[in-house]
Amino acid sequence: MGEKKSVWEHLKAWVDGEEVILDADKYIVNRSKREKKNWRRNFSMEYIRGNVKLYRFLSIAISVLFIGIMLSVVNDLPEFGNPANPADNEVMERYLESGIEETGATNFVAGMILDYRAFDTFGEANVLFLAVMCVVLLLKKDQKNYSAKEEQENREDDFFDENEKRPILQIGGKLLAPLIILYGIYVILNGHLSPGGGFSGGTIIGAGLILYASAYGQKKMQTFFTFRTFTLICVGGLLTYCACKSYSFFTGANHVGFEIPKGIPGHILSAGFILPLNICVGLIVACTMYGFYALFTKGDI
Amino acid sequence: MNHLGTNFYEAVSVILFGIGFMNLLLQNNLIKKFIGLNIMDTAVYLFLAAKGYIWGRMAPILTDGIVDASYYINPIPAGLVLTGIVVSVSVTAFSLALVQRLYKHYGTLNMDEIMKLSREEEGE
Repeated sequence: MGEKKSVWEHLKAWVDGEEVILDADKYIVNRSKREKKNWRRNFSMEYIRGNVKLYRFLSIAISVLFIGIMLSVVNDLPEFGNPANPADNEVMERYLESGIEETGATNFVAGMILDYRAFDTFGEANVLFLAVMCVVLLLKKDQKNYSAKEEQENREDDFFDENEKRPILQIGGKLLAPLIILYGIYVILNGHLSPGGGFSGGTIIGAGLILYASAYGQKKMQTFFTFRTFTLICVGGLLTYCACKSYSFFTGANHVGFEIPKGIPGHILSAGFILPLNICVGLIVACTMYGFYALFTKGDI
Repeated sequence: MNHLGTNFYEAVSVILFGIGFMNLLLQNNLIKKFIGLNIMDTAVYLFLAAKGYIWGRMAPILTDGIVDASYYINPIPAGLVLTGIVVSVSVTAFSLALVQRLYKHYGTLNMDEIMKLSREEEGE
C-alpha cells in the first residue's frame, strides 16, 4: 500500500480481491479510540425515570396531533367509492380491458402482479427469502450460541414429543393436515382463475405443515423436510422464477417469436408463465412460513 | 371539500394508525411494541383497500365474460396490499428473532430493564 491510490482504485482492488482490507490496522485503532471517547450522552437512570411522565405525555400528544393532521387530509381526499376518482385512471382500464388478451389470466390481479409487474413480485419473494435467511442467521443452533441449559431443555422437549400422548391434537393433525395442504395446492393451481395465488396458497400449505409439526414434533418432520430440502426449494423456486421471467423479457424485448402460448382463458393450463410462477412463489412462501415456525420454536429446521 | 362523512374507512384507518403508533411509543414490552407496528401495517392495508373500492362494482375476476373497465373495481391497490403484507411479515419475523436473542441474553422483555442491564454490563 505504498503508492497513493484514489478511493475508487482502492475499491476496485477490493472488489477484485487483490487488496483484502483497506487500511485495516488504522481503521481498528480509530474505532477503539471512538469507543473510548464515549460520545453518547449518558443520562442516569434516575433522570430517565423522572421524565417518564413527560415522555408519555409527549407520545400521546404526538399521536393525537398526527391523527388530527391525517384526519384533516382525509377530509380533503376524493370521495370514497366514486368512479370519477383520480386513482381510477387509464392504467386500471388497460389492466382490465386488455388484461385477458395480453396475459390470459381471468383473475386480473394475478395477471397484474405476475405479468405486468412480475419484477415487483420477484422482489417480494426475495424479501421473504432474505427475512428467513436473517432469522436463520440469528436463531439457528450451532456450537457457539448454544448453552448446556438449552440443550437440556431441547432434549426434554424431544422426550415429550415422543412419549406424551396428545390424542386430540395428533388425530386432528393427521386428518386435517393433508386436507389443508390439498386446499393450499388448489389455491395455488387456480391462482390465475379464481381468488388466491402463490402467496395465499403458500401460507395455507405452511399452516398445514405447522399443524403437522406441532402434533408430531420436529423429529418426525425431519424425515421429509430437512434444512437441505428447505434451502433447495427456496433457492430453486427463486432461480426458476428468475429464469422464466428472464426468458419472457428476453423474447418479448427482441421480438424473437418463441412466446409461451396463452391458451384458452379459463382453462387450468393457460395464461403462459403465470401458473409456474405461482407454483414457485407458493413453494417459497410455504417453506418460509414453516421455516419461521421451526426456527422460533426449536432453532432448527 | 368536506368528505369526512363519506370517507369513514380512511378516517378509521388513520385513527388505527395513530393507535398503533401510540402503542409503539408507550409499551415497555418489546413484543407489544411489535404488535403496535402490526396494527400500523393493518391500517395501511385498510387505507389502500378503501382507495381501490368503487360503489356497486365487482371484484377484479372475470365474471359472465364481461370485459369492461366500468364493471370491476380497481385492481392496483390489491397488488400494493400484497406487497405490504409480505414486507410486514418479513419485518415482524426479523424483529421477533432479534427480540428472542435479546431475551436469551438478558432474560427479560422489558425495554427499561434491558437498558439498565446493558449499562451495568458496560460497567458505567
